[in-house]
Amino acid sequence: MTALGYTQAAAPTRQVAGLSVSAWRRIGLGAALALALIVPFWASSYHTFQFTLVVVYAIALMGLNLLTGYNGQISLGHGAFYAIGAYVTAVLVQKAGVPYWATVPVAGLVCLGAGFLFGLPALRLEGLYLALATFALALVTPQILKFKNFATWTGGVQGILMDKPDAPWGLPLDSDQWLYFFCLALALPLFWAARNLVASRTGRAMVAIRDHPVAAATMGVSTALTKSLTFGVSAFYTGIAGSLGGIVVGFVAPDSFSILLSLSFLVGVVVGGLASIWGALFGALFVVFVPNYADQISDLLGERAKALPWAIYGVLLIAFMYLMPTGVVGMLRTAAARLVEGAGRGRSLGKPGA
Amino acid sequence: MTALLHQIFSGLASGGIYASVALALVLIYQATHLVNFAQGEMAMFATYIAWALVQAGLPYWPAFLLTLAIAFAGGVVIERVIIRPFDKAPVLASVCVFIGLLSIFNSLAGFIFTYTIKSFPSPFAEKAWYGTRFMSPHEVGEIAVTLAMLVLVYAFFRFTPLGLAMRAAAQNPVSSRLVGIRVGWMLALGWGLAAAAGAVAGMMAAPIVYLEPNMMGGILLYGFAGALLGGIDNPWGAVLGGFIVGVLENLAGGYVVGPDLKLTAALIIIVGVLVVRPSGLFGYRIVTRV
Amino acid sequence: MISRRRLLQTTAASAAALATRSLRAWAANAPGVTDKEIKIGQTMPYSGPASSYGAIGKAELAYFKKVNDEGGISGRMINLLSLDDGYSPPKTVEQIRRLVEQDGVAFIFQSLGTPSNSAIQKYLNDRKVPQLFVATGATKWNDPKRFPWTMGWQPNYQTEAHIYAKYLLADKPDAKIGILYQNDDYGKDYVIGLKDGLGDKAKTMIVKEESYETSDPTIDSQIVSLQSSGADTFLNATTPKFAAQAIRKSYDIGWKSLHFLNNVSISVGSVLTPAGLEKSAGVITADYRKDPTDPRWKDDAGYKQWLEFMKKYMPDADLADNDHPYGMMAAMTLVQVLKQCGNDLSRENIMKEAANLHDLEMPMLLPGIKINTSADNFAPIKQMQLQRFNGKTWELFGGVLSG
Repeated sequence: MTALGYTQAAAPTRQVAGLSVSAWRRIGLGAALALALIVPFWASSYHTFQFTLVVVYAIALMGLNLLTGYNGQISLGHGAFYAIGAYVTAVLVQKAGVPYWATVPVAGLVCLGAGFLFGLPALRLEGLYLALATFALALVTPQILKFKNFATWTGGVQGILMDKPDAPWGLPLDSDQWLYFFCLALALPLFWAARNLVASRTGRAMVAIRDHPVAAATMGVSTALTKSLTFGVSAFYTGIAGSLGGIVVGFVAPDSFSILLSLSFLVGVVVGGLASIWGALFGALFVVFVPNYADQISDLLGERAKALPWAIYGVLLIAFMYLMPTGVVGMLRTAAARLVEGAGRGRSLGKPGA
Repeated sequence: MTALLHQIFSGLASGGIYASVALALVLIYQATHLVNFAQGEMAMFATYIAWALVQAGLPYWPAFLLTLAIAFAGGVVIERVIIRPFDKAPVLASVCVFIGLLSIFNSLAGFIFTYTIKSFPSPFAEKAWYGTRFMSPHEVGEIAVTLAMLVLVYAFFRFTPLGLAMRAAAQNPVSSRLVGIRVGWMLALGWGLAAAAGAVAGMMAAPIVYLEPNMMGGILLYGFAGALLGGIDNPWGAVLGGFIVGVLENLAGGYVVGPDLKLTAALIIIVGVLVVRPSGLFGYRIVTRV
Repeated sequence: MISRRRLLQTTAASAAALATRSLRAWAANAPGVTDKEIKIGQTMPYSGPASSYGAIGKAELAYFKKVNDEGGISGRMINLLSLDDGYSPPKTVEQIRRLVEQDGVAFIFQSLGTPSNSAIQKYLNDRKVPQLFVATGATKWNDPKRFPWTMGWQPNYQTEAHIYAKYLLADKPDAKIGILYQNDDYGKDYVIGLKDGLGDKAKTMIVKEESYETSDPTIDSQIVSLQSSGADTFLNATTPKFAAQAIRKSYDIGWKSLHFLNNVSISVGSVLTPAGLEKSAGVITADYRKDPTDPRWKDDAGYKQWLEFMKKYMPDADLADNDHPYGMMAAMTLVQVLKQCGNDLSRENIMKEAANLHDLEMPMLLPGIKINTSADNFAPIKQMQLQRFNGKTWELFGGVLSG
């Protein structure tokens, strides 16, 4: 484990039940994909809507994970990029009549620029100080969005309402199902790209900067450029998520993007598993569904306990961290490694004199 | 001119509150090298305990001292029971635990005490001689209390063997163990002291801002900013940072950008300063070895 | 690689799902209603920056419990599902969709918050689900032509500000006005209402506007700015905590002004007492409710009815919180609507009867103020009365006004 405690993926070559680990991985991926494709036909509109939010948050968490998990820069302010993405879409759709799907890449690019520009001065800040700077960003964004001089564009405190798009080309899907597939269709290439980025030279540079910044610099990694670019790419992902989130919910207002959103993102990334691609999905599931479960648990305690769900959420969060300090993916990796070890040991014991 | 003076004094008064919270953050940081995001909510909860004691009939000062003791004990228990298991876990896991604690305290306070605002008594008389038109007696008093706490904290860390042991345990746990320091108990002690300092901050703030579950959110933010502005590892710097943030916030709102962008202006200035001096105005620069 | 088996399974599953979907269509004319129960839903900010308003939801739950204890509405129990949205619009959308699509409620009652309700207004109107008695004072809920399924309840903030403007134009036309407002919908509505009410004179009369965020610890700096601007009249559009701070700070720095306090923050027990009763003397407000902590209502029949309700159904609640009478009266308004519906509890009829209230009186409304709705008037309460605080209680003056 490194200084900040990230686990590295084990790379076992042994086999479990006749298949290699990478084969198992592919089966898991296929099953998850198939499941993802069936969801909107099997679940109600409301649940489809919730799963769409899971996909959207997973994209946002992927962005934050690139920055915090792989590159070690703590951000408490990614809610700001989410907000910027959402507003770019809302303004373009309502004020300039741009079709909703065309605004998504624009939102991403705007945030790419914003993230890069923010990343430049942030280069000088480390750890806590960077956390404060990003925290400040998250707090400042709603206030700027409310600013009366911008109100003709941003709708001020009233926010901007958008129409929910219908399925195009006469597809036999209702609006919720269409939006689910739309978001999924964007999420899959984004995840694939992130995976490739992480496995590339740049990805290794990012991780090197996280673990041993001085050594990385001496080895010729351009620390400043890599860190700023990572900020930019991370903001790009979160901005796209914000844009999609705005389309799915149909309404943007400064109140939607409080500091709680940024904190939820951080919690999601840690619970899902830092420095992992799948962690984003598990984190998103946590962020969307656990507050609702806390609600249900609190209901059992009676009506006086109306505000208590958040206390229960806090308890659940601490329990989660206690059981899985390296996140869901960390725990799965450890479990997988043990399985493989066990299988391997069993094998060699069964072969006397090998 | 009087308006400007007025804003400055008003800023010093709120700065005093931010400074006392900054001090609690420094305490926790010196002891554990972590910033406890739940500090504000713990302080608020301790203040509610004090309020309940006063409602039950206890006079102010006994309630104050009893609350400090309870807060101290509470801090120690939280460290030992909840934080200790995350010793070896990644830093961000601890941050999530802090967020969890924050939710728990905030929600519990709302559940037990409801959300209507409550008055909290001040030990400083309403019409005392040291109050002026610019600053009420309580505001003067709380600045004095903050400065007294600062001196105590500084003296503790600098001049007492226990303080030295705590700083050593935070900076280099391995070597500290080798020289016989009980690192575990140092951490617990740090949490206890920080909780008590937070309780003082809460009890000084409540008469001004009124006691309610969301009372400390904004204060914690400015206290955090102040602590970092002054240097998180320097109690003098943190306190000064708190005062600067208070005055800056008022002047920015009053003269620079107007109230709509006050928070924005204040934060941009603070972050700007940090970019120029990354360890804060008076923090210690750490030079790393390869 | 998709096996044939998997393809068949998927097709079968999808077909079954599509079939059951149509079966799940609600009973034709009365969704959410059975012989035994009327199921309704709402979202309330039980957590987050507006969590003090959660008391409204609790009061409504308690009142419906009372109604159920007394036999319900023609034998049907009212089942209110009250969910937390943390004052965050995306969460509101999620919870409302759950209530409508999963829980199958008949209608949405008293959801709180302007941004929250803005987010769901179109959805509910498109689906023809009543959005009844919205719990905010924003002006936009009285628009039956464009949003026939949305209705407000309380007098809106702009109406209140108009009343203050009228008073000033008549009694103090040379006033120099300073405004302190919360930087959100609610605060800004007061500013708009005042400017609207003052008309052309707004530019010359309003000398300073100061705002604050709910995350600001104090508003002392803004009060200092207002004093130094030379204002001698003060419109205080703030929520309870900040209202108390404003009253106290103004007094402490010696700023004497004609102080208009918005009626969200006028509770004697939970705002004026912490601020200081002598410091609050002279403050003026326009309200439509009786303040439960005001000693003048001690022997009033309506007050006693409310007190009895609180003692029996909310014994641990803070009696000083004027969110409780608000919630109770909104619930009572709904009960009246449901009674008027008789046995036709379809959504259309509920909306029709909601727009059919005439001179309805409530125990905690000021004498003379009544609830009225019609097909082109979706603002049930429009009247208010001015009152001045004398250091002990609120003294009504002037008559009942409409903004």
